Amino acid sequence: MRKNPRLIFWLIIGLTILALFVNLPSFGNVNIKSFKIPVVNQTIGGTVELSPNAVFKFIGITKPLEFREGLDLKGGTSMTLRADMSKIPQSERSTALNSAKTVIERRVNLFGVSEPIVQTSVVNNQSRIIVELPSVNIDQARSIVGTTAQLSFWEEVASSSAKANPKDLVIIGDSYFRKTDLTGNDLSQTSVSFDQSTGKPQVQLQFTSNGASKFADITKRDVKKRLAIILDNQAIEAPVVNEPILNGQAVISGGFTVDSANALSTELNAGALPVPLTVLSEQSINPTLGSSYLTQSLFAGILGFVIIVFFMTILYGRLGIIASTALILYTLFVLSVFKLSSLTPYGVTLTLSGIAGFILSIGMAVDANILIFERMKEEKRLGRSQQMAIEMGFSRAWTSIRDSNVSTLITSFVLYEFGTGIVKGFALVLVIGVLISMFSAIVVTRTFLRLVYK
Amino acid sequence: MNIIGKKYWYFLLSLVIIVPGIISLILWGLNLSIDFTGGSKLTLAFNQKTDKTIVSKIDAILVSQKLKLYSVETSNNLAIVRTQDLTVAQDNKFVAAVASKGKGAKQVEVETVGPTIGSETTANAVKAIIIASLLIVLYITWSFRAVPKPASSFRFGVCAIIALIHDVLVLIGLFSILGHFFNIEVDSLFVTAVLTVIGFSVHDTIVVFDRIRENLKRIGGENFSLVVNESILQTLDRSLNTSMTVILVLVALLVFGGESIRWFVVALLIGMISGTYSSIFNASPLLVVWQELLSKRKKA
Repeated sequence: MRKNPRLIFWLIIGLTILALFVNLPSFGNVNIKSFKIPVVNQTIGGTVELSPNAVFKFIGITKPLEFREGLDLKGGTSMTLRADMSKIPQSERSTALNSAKTVIERRVNLFGVSEPIVQTSVVNNQSRIIVELPSVNIDQARSIVGTTAQLSFWEEVASSSAKANPKDLVIIGDSYFRKTDLTGNDLSQTSVSFDQSTGKPQVQLQFTSNGASKFADITKRDVKKRLAIILDNQAIEAPVVNEPILNGQAVISGGFTVDSANALSTELNAGALPVPLTVLSEQSINPTLGSSYLTQSLFAGILGFVIIVFFMTILYGRLGIIASTALILYTLFVLSVFKLSSLTPYGVTLTLSGIAGFILSIGMAVDANILIFERMKEEKRLGRSQQMAIEMGFSRAWTSIRDSNVSTLITSFVLYEFGTGIVKGFALVLVIGVLISMFSAIVVTRTFLRLVYK
Repeated sequence: MNIIGKKYWYFLLSLVIIVPGIISLILWGLNLSIDFTGGSKLTLAFNQKTDKTIVSKIDAILVSQKLKLYSVETSNNLAIVRTQDLTVAQDNKFVAAVASKGKGAKQVEVETVGPTIGSETTANAVKAIIIASLLIVLYITWSFRAVPKPASSFRFGVCAIIALIHDVLVLIGLFSILGHFFNIEVDSLFVTAVLTVIGFSVHDTIVVFDRIRENLKRIGGENFSLVVNESILQTLDRSLNTSMTVILVLVALLVFGGESIRWFVVALLIGMISGTYSSIFNASPLLVVWQELLSKRKKA
């Protein structure tokens, strides 16, 4: 490694170009149609998308590459809901929780929220659902999550009788449906099974004894008609009744994949096992307020950066300029890691505290350089040559850089483990910052120094 | 410069800052935000500058709806209302009532934390601080295991933690005083600040300790206090330069970073200054005090 600073230099340049590319904002469709080559005088063109996203799509990664902004910067509402499981038997609680989550996801998608987060968690035996809805205000969010899932069954009626008595009717496709007295309460459980003769997945419904008699009545009078299942005012399925079913055991079959059968079963369970949700905590931030936070902290960040560059140059002259260059690379690398992380499940979400953590990590990156430079000064005072001083400065400063950064990493890991929300975001940013700062302070600065002082 | 010689003066200065903080902590505790206590924080925007009449209107509405009010703050056209934790219905009713009396009042931000979440946050914060401290002692003990006699790596670890506790006490104590006199709240961002300060404090201390370790190997431990003093002086430039850089950045954040992280930045600033101070004037001198106590006992 020592003999080959040039190779490492080119490696760094390569990484920098890569980082620059990743950080390139999406220009969308850059139109080069109007670009005319004067000599040939011919329009070349078509629409070319000039953005990292396009390239990533090209190599098969379709997830969008982006900086994920937290709710405090984007505005929106986050809620922690408690799922009241007191009426649900122990064995069915996880199914019920999952169904409650699915119901919220459905409503969120219907509402058209982009990048929503709906998670479940169990803390101290208490079931919870955590919902984060960007750009949604508190009232909208409350209406999305506020009500317990309502499942009802609607029978098909002839259009003539529908027009005669137009109460409690819905129209699905061309058919009219009237509400029956059968609801989610009458459903005890649903599950996915496989048809014994065809092996295809199907959804099995098990009614309560009360429900079974209601269901028997309905199926007796509605043979060859359709029975619509409606969850939260949205039809989820409208199977045809083939024959009267008297024992309360029904099967919906036909055209399911395992996934779609599971999805239907989960939705039906939401009606069968309704879980009342109460708000444990909620937070709502106005989008304009959020974006003003973002501008303010970005401005502060840039200013902080300029101050550091200025300060380092005054303190260390030429060395300071090298350190500043390394710092610019550091910032580029960290930003690309943030952006690339959106492709992984551990995506970094930028929040106010995260930005604060990032700006602090710049300070720590500088510290490593200060340590090294001070050490170099000392070694020179002891009469060593410039080159020797560089090498000694690095090797002697290494132990303190290592130990101090490891202790910061320890704190960050503990924070990540025990922290909630904002604390976690801060810790993640700090971990990434510390790791990359070690690389930039040691590898990048050292290579530059070796090349400059050759 | 003889820092070790004046060590008791430096300890005294630390005490002068810490003791009032501890007294304030005992008398008044911390002004905990709803993140810990549970409650609601509503930010209402009016289309005029908020003043005392609006505050008293809000007060009256809350009384009539039998809701407990903690505080109302005003800034420009905003009123920040802290209450018991409101249900959705209570919140809607309250906001509607305010809107009907104060023209154009709108709820722009609302945060509600139930008591369960509040106590979990507290428990997690305490847990995080204790576990992080323990792990750091272990790491230092391990990393400094090769330190030459008469020093011991365990003592390095413990002294680093004492410096850390010093910084945490300075920070928490000052915020207790700020909370009592200026109504500054301690929220979960503050916990983040405390933990960052812990990280930095140890970071700073380790740099000095690392130099002591190196000098002990070179010079030997005959005159321990001289070695320590020498090491502090050798790392002084670095300590001050690094702190200056970080402090400059924090000042930039303080001035331009906006309202919502203002007190977070103040906490970090206090912690940074305290951390630099304690690594120079507390942690290493403490090593000397400990060493001297041990050798006295040996002689006796």
